[in-house]
Amino acid sequence: MTATDKLRSTGASSESTRTMLRVVILCLIAAAAVSSRLFSVIRFESIIHEFDPWFNFRATKYLVANGFYKFWDWFDDRTWHPLGRVTGGTLYPGLMVTSGVIYHALRAMTIPVDIRNVCVLLAPAFSGLTAFSAYLLTNEMTTSPSAGLLAAAFMGIAPGYISRSVAGSYDNEAIAIFLLVFTFYLWIKAVKLGSMLWGALCALFYGYMVASWGGYAFITCLLPLHTFVLICMGRYSTRLYVSYCTWYALGTLASMQIPFVGFLPVKTSEHMPALGIFGFIQLVAFIQYVRSVISGRQLQTLLAAIVIATFGIGLVGLVGLTSLGYIAPWNGRFYSLWDTGYAKIHIPIIASVSEHQPTAWPAFFFDLNMLIWLFPAGIYLCFQDLRDEHVFVIVYGLFGSYFAGVMVRLMLTLTPIVCVTGGMAVSYVLDIYLRTKSPVPEEVEAASSAPPSKKAAKSHGLRGSEKPSVGIFASTAKTSVVSSLIIYLLMFVSHCTWVTSNAYSSPSVVLASRLPDGSQHIIDDYREAYQWLRQNTKEDAKILSWWDYGYQIGGMADRPTLVDNNTWNNTHIATVGKVMASREEVSYPIMRQHEVDYVLVVFGALLGYNGDDINKFLWMIRIAEGIWPDEVKERDFFTRRGEYRVDQDATDTMKNSLMYKMSYYNYHTMFPPGKAVDRVRNSRLPEEGPVLNTLEEAFTSENWIIRIYKVKDLDNVGRDLFSAAAFDRGQRKKKLNKKRGPRVLRVD
Amino acid sequence: MAPKKNARESTPSAASTTNASTTTTTSGSAPAASVKAATTWDDILHNFCQHYLKQTPQRIKLIDAFLLFLAVVGALQFIYCVVAGNYPFNAFLAGFCATVGQFVLTVSLRIQTTASNKSDFPAVSPERAFADFVVCSLILQFFCVNFIN
Repeated sequence: MTATDKLRSTGASSESTRTMLRVVILCLIAAAAVSSRLFSVIRFESIIHEFDPWFNFRATKYLVANGFYKFWDWFDDRTWHPLGRVTGGTLYPGLMVTSGVIYHALRAMTIPVDIRNVCVLLAPAFSGLTAFSAYLLTNEMTTSPSAGLLAAAFMGIAPGYISRSVAGSYDNEAIAIFLLVFTFYLWIKAVKLGSMLWGALCALFYGYMVASWGGYAFITCLLPLHTFVLICMGRYSTRLYVSYCTWYALGTLASMQIPFVGFLPVKTSEHMPALGIFGFIQLVAFIQYVRSVISGRQLQTLLAAIVIATFGIGLVGLVGLTSLGYIAPWNGRFYSLWDTGYAKIHIPIIASVSEHQPTAWPAFFFDLNMLIWLFPAGIYLCFQDLRDEHVFVIVYGLFGSYFAGVMVRLMLTLTPIVCVTGGMAVSYVLDIYLRTKSPVPEEVEAASSAPPSKKAAKSHGLRGSEKPSVGIFASTAKTSVVSSLIIYLLMFVSHCTWVTSNAYSSPSVVLASRLPDGSQHIIDDYREAYQWLRQNTKEDAKILSWWDYGYQIGGMADRPTLVDNNTWNNTHIATVGKVMASREEVSYPIMRQHEVDYVLVVFGALLGYNGDDINKFLWMIRIAEGIWPDEVKERDFFTRRGEYRVDQDATDTMKNSLMYKMSYYNYHTMFPPGKAVDRVRNSRLPEEGPVLNTLEEAFTSENWIIRIYKVKDLDNVGRDLFSAAAFDRGQRKKKLNKKRGPRVLRVD
Repeated sequence: MAPKKNARESTPSAASTTNASTTTTTSGSAPAASVKAATTWDDILHNFCQHYLKQTPQRIKLIDAFLLFLAVVGALQFIYCVVAGNYPFNAFLAGFCATVGQFVLTVSLRIQTTASNKSDFPAVSPERAFADFVVCSLILQFFCVNFIN
């Protein structure tokens, strides 16, 4: 009596100890995930980084200030100047609404926090939730209790995810990865239980994901693929039917509620796999039902033939509808994932983004460290006991790694599955080697020889023919394996911290450099210039700049821009490219037509700042050439030997382009005569600087990184600006020309 | 309260009838398979109808009637869309998706409450299935009403 009581109490206590340990570990993981993302806030300040987040931040401020309904149909007339942007219908509102809700909830709890701080710290907060959902997802995959915790720990600190979710990176990915992992968890749960409720929850979170990130197409294609693979493996079950159909019916409707998505789920090719599998699974379910009623081999083969034939007809019909134009083909961004050379040839604006380049090998090790070689091991473990959810892991791993190989940016979608499989692999090894009690040889022998009883009888003969006892008994083997694994885990932690601290926690708004004595020197030219624009220009002065800086100008300088990072109108961007790449005679009328007041260029030659506009200039030329091949030619900007130069040998087209003139205007006056040097291009500049006739310098920041020019008004006397400028400079011909020039008839 | 009790009482009985039915079908269809060369399509169809009418419990038949109704409504909407054009496309989509979604959900309910599928759903009792069905239908109708504007 007492013994059983004691046993029960110890069992209960160990159970509750486990639960407590689990809770504590998860809390610690969440804390680690949050705190490892705060490097940039602690080192610099709590501001929004990068380019895209500035728009999200601006939209969030609008939402908080004006309420939800105004945000929903917000026409923004301060971007894309002559056109404007229907913002409510062209963004994914999930991120802004989430932070708006958090903001109001905090206010309701009488914790009035500035909306900027909510936005800055949203990504770290959600990374804690991501770690928790990775824990849930992994627990569905394996029975080992440690795998989930390991996966959560990996997910919390893996640099592949941190890179997009440091504090201040207020981007869609901040909440999208949490939603991705959690949707997958709900899907696995739904498939396992065959429950409508889990399917509906999965659909709701899928809808939230659609509202948050354009990468929802990944889920839309992965779940049908999982289902299709399961059907092809002959693992169709009624559970699969229930979960998939509930998800598809509710999820598609949910996704169509977002104005930006609208009718896309029935009209574009990205969503067709889901629809096709939806039809296919209906057919399979019906055939399955009929088969359960009627037997007969001939009929069975006939039914199988019907299934295959319908599938083929559906595929042909899809191709036909696509070629007839009822269903939109893949859009460029998606298509360039399959045809990797497509973007570079046809859509330079996609290829021009550095994140859209293929991934190099070191990037995998840099972002995932030891997980990248645990990943195949985890996939192998999934193959070993191949249940429905393991098929999902395999399919996800396959596609995730393909996409991550094609595009640097998609490393983000690979990271969750790598963490899950890594957790499974490590816990598998630990479960074997970490048992402190070595198995008793007799027990093992009994267990191993129990099923084949004949062998047990025989084994009393020779010693050599006895079955060797299986199991790890030597404590040296155990300790060596476990300790090496622990060393790897510790190295993983230190690697992650190092990468996060050194590579991913630098804000792009302020540039940090080190002085010789080790102290930090901050170059704050961006904000200096934007602040100048904010304070010293008219409220509606239009700023022309390359699209990279559109969001920042809108967010920090609060002035209307012509183009911004939302590259929805390629022609408009090409217009800006043409302005930058043409002679002043060409660009001035264009700027007048677009009511441009100021032109902003980024120039890093003084400081050696690589990401300046001269280095991006070739992309501007290419994008402009795509629209006006006769007026802008990339070839003209290269020397005869095909070099892209800015010094004495630069071509005339280069020297006369507005970009060149604006960048190097007055630059030579910084140096002793003839010693002007471009530190980025490493070249000596010509002695005489360019002359600007239609623009005047309005502002140049401290380190010459940002230069702002004012577009001159028309001449009072009606001369063109070139002769007016020449007159001002006193360039008159000494000898008056007595000869009359060729006159034309004055037409009134 | 009362209908719940009824449902609970009727469940085992339905299960027993279907269990019996499955055994009878297998025994009945074995000879049919042996003479398959002679069977025509009419026979198969006839067998199928007979089997359905005899062996399906009453509630499942009720669900099937609802399914039939949904299919007819969906087909009518589609035909009207083809004939009259799809100008308020969101309205068409909302109506059509409502029927399709409801159809699918009802099929799911049918699958989950069919007694022979019990082994597939160890965690879902018929009452739970019905509650799930109600929740999912409410979500579906909410989305459709929202989408139809």
